[in-house]
Amino acid sequence: MNVGWSFLIFLVLLLIPWVGVGVLGLQGLFVTVIPYVCFLIFIVGLVYRILNWAKSPQPFKIPTTCGQQKSLPWIKHSRLESPFNTFEVVLRMVLEVLFFRSLFRNLRADLQGKKLIYGSAKWLWLGAILFHWSFLIILIRHLRLFTNPVPSVIQFLDYMDSFIHSFGVPPVYITDILIIAGLSFLLLRRLVDAKVSYISHGSDYFPLFLILGIVITGVLMRYNLKVDVYAIKQLTLGLATFKPVVPEAKIGTIFYVHLFLVSVLAAYFPFSKLAHMVGVFFSPTRNMPNNNRADMHVNPWNYPVKHLTYAEWQERFREAMENAGIPIDEEAEKEEHEWYTIYGPNKNLNL
Amino acid sequence: MSLPKPDELISDVKLHSTPAKDWMEIKPELKKGYYLSIVEPKYLEELDLPHMGKWQPYDEKWPLPDDWREKVKEELQRRLRINRGFKLFMDICVRCGACADKCHFFLGTGDPKNMPVLRAELVRSVIKGEFSTFGKLFGRLAGARKLDEDIIKEWFYYFYQCTECRRCSVFCPYGIDTAEITMMMREILLELGIGTDWGIKPVHNSYYIGNHVGVPPQSFKENLEFLVWEFEEITGIKIDLDKYINRKGAEIMFVPLSGDYFAEPGIYTMLGYLVLFHYLDLDVTMSPFATEGGNFGFFNSLEMAKRLHSKIYDEAKRLKVKWIMGGECGHMWRVWHQYHNTFFGPIDFLEVPKSPITGTVFEHAKSNKIIHIVEFTADLIAHGKLKLDPSRNDHLVVTFHDSCNTSRGMGIFEEPRFILKHVCNNFVEMPENTIREKTFCCGSGSGLNAGENMEIRMRGGFPRANAVEYVHKEYGVNHLACICAIDRAALPTLFQYWVPGVEVGGLHELVANALVFEGERSRDVDLRRRPLKTPVKGVD
Repeated sequence: MNVGWSFLIFLVLLLIPWVGVGVLGLQGLFVTVIPYVCFLIFIVGLVYRILNWAKSPQPFKIPTTCGQQKSLPWIKHSRLESPFNTFEVVLRMVLEVLFFRSLFRNLRADLQGKKLIYGSAKWLWLGAILFHWSFLIILIRHLRLFTNPVPSVIQFLDYMDSFIHSFGVPPVYITDILIIAGLSFLLLRRLVDAKVSYISHGSDYFPLFLILGIVITGVLMRYNLKVDVYAIKQLTLGLATFKPVVPEAKIGTIFYVHLFLVSVLAAYFPFSKLAHMVGVFFSPTRNMPNNNRADMHVNPWNYPVKHLTYAEWQERFREAMENAGIPIDEEAEKEEHEWYTIYGPNKNLNL
Repeated sequence: MSLPKPDELISDVKLHSTPAKDWMEIKPELKKGYYLSIVEPKYLEELDLPHMGKWQPYDEKWPLPDDWREKVKEELQRRLRINRGFKLFMDICVRCGACADKCHFFLGTGDPKNMPVLRAELVRSVIKGEFSTFGKLFGRLAGARKLDEDIIKEWFYYFYQCTECRRCSVFCPYGIDTAEITMMMREILLELGIGTDWGIKPVHNSYYIGNHVGVPPQSFKENLEFLVWEFEEITGIKIDLDKYINRKGAEIMFVPLSGDYFAEPGIYTMLGYLVLFHYLDLDVTMSPFATEGGNFGFFNSLEMAKRLHSKIYDEAKRLKVKWIMGGECGHMWRVWHQYHNTFFGPIDFLEVPKSPITGTVFEHAKSNKIIHIVEFTADLIAHGKLKLDPSRNDHLVVTFHDSCNTSRGMGIFEEPRFILKHVCNNFVEMPENTIREKTFCCGSGSGLNAGENMEIRMRGGFPRANAVEYVHKEYGVNHLACICAIDRAALPTLFQYWVPGVEVGGLHELVANALVFEGERSRDVDLRRRPLKTPVKGVD
């Protein structure tokens, strides 16, 4: 049901530019107002999310240690899995963000009779890597539409991506194939794998449909329904330089659909699970060093708590201790200490 | 409580199929043997905590406070505000499912709500449904739902089917840590006045008496006296206890675990510590008040964790020691390692720990001045300061269980193995995907090792037991060493059920077994009075 609704919403989104441009002829709206507004939402939304996460303090240093701690000098510590300093944390994060190191560890558990078997399960990692890296490269490639002259780096990337020229003209981008493979795998997995399907919300399918929609319209534009690339560049360059123009040449509705879906994705991004792109950098179990005992972490809302003092305790057990021959500490003094609590009838701390 | 036979227990577990009904439509059904009892209100009262009177989870209508809905919302929002990790973990899950089959409770029950992702989703859905515009707009489609009383039951049921072991967080691509979520949710339940019997009584004991099991100082001493008497009976070596209890001015304060002087097999680990201290003539003492390194407060709320462990530093100050050493315990070391410094720091009245025997300065603990006894002993062995005869453990084929907290919340993997390899000749590792950072919980951690929830304990401990069963059958493993007191309390029961024939003990028991004392007398049993393979030839 979740899939159905998401797909329906996606279809409606698909229809909007079709009707808007194809029937109502609102090109101006779709190539200027909507992209600008959505891009603005993207930027503002993402900044809001980042500030929002940054605003909440991380009270404790809680790295998940997946390797040997740094302790005795003759024991080799795991610099990546149990980073001790900032440099090692950066290394860990780089591998996490760029290569999905944790996902690479994935296992699959099977119960055979009374035996639990754990097998390697790298497919999810592969699908995710294919999708994310292709997406990134495609995004960078698109910068050629927003720059003039096109920087050589982008030209080079473009060349590398399409180095297989034997498939005809225009040459096929490898990332186009890989991203479709990756996305299809992720979507199929979500539909077919019982557990993943069970945990999936509509909001898990929707971005997959949306991005697939973007990719497919993009691919169609390039290989089948040829569009006027010159006119598009005129338009995109206009957008990038804040001098938007509505090209006179007819571009083809498919382009407007593509652009609209991209705009929707941008606007949807900060407020959905897609925000994991920036969120991952904040993850306290990954971005903190395992040096707790060497380097104190400060919790800004740390507060003194109520506890029993030795003197009070000794008063209660004095006789028993004397009988058992445990030394009594006559110097121990009762002292009052200030304390707060967030609990119950004594709640007197407002955090 | 009688359990079905081991083969039958997990016959209902299906790891690759799911219920026909959407999880949001499945009302929580509290199965007997899966949940903990509720504590008597007086215990909560005496700890200045709210309570809901006398009631039990099986009651149809829970006596929630009138303003429970506002309270829960307020407390959720508070925690989102003051805890970035919690907020982030609520925000960025993509439901990739990598964590799904990593949880021992899922592997032992097949209940989809025991998949870490759904456990988190139990709260995430409410946060979306109550606070997010998107969530309110799209409801179920966005995975959002409104708070109701059944959800409170569900939270109680499932956040006490999580042992905060962090295995899922190893595999999560964003490091989402269900332990954090469970901790926050148990705090919120406690705000309503929901506290478990097994979770709160030890806190009460530790707060007022000094340790979880409520052993008063005189019994603490008596128990130790019994242990050293037993040691003398076996080896002829007399350990003078007096200097180890409440002596001011010692160099080191040692903090033991109540499990280790309360019941078998933990007591042999305690004996191991004492034997080592005696062997080294170490200038060490223990506070009769800070007799608990573990911290059940941590299983209820962070505030309670801090309340219980304040005494550790206060006692170190009072006894005028230079630094602190802690015993072999799991969650204790999560708290000591990852929380103490933040709770109580800066610890400027102590000195950086330095081994008086080897001169090693424990630089990695230079700020909070606390070291693990396993680090201390590994350093001793590396410097050749212990005369060890590993053949004295030849009657044992040993495997090592990495405890969840020391593994994934501290990273102590090599030190215990280094010690093991020096104190015994037969050491076998369990399968690779069940050890080190991928280790499985005993299924009874985080305040779950009670009697009334035995079925879930046996199910949750199944993956651990299954790996032990493998090495038991394959290599004849008959002893499992671990550095966690809850393991020592819980695993014997687990193995009795799943793999009879494997005993459990701490690392320092094996160290003490292998230690060669000058002037020791002949014996043919180990410290548990199990027959040795080759008798010890003494000087008598």
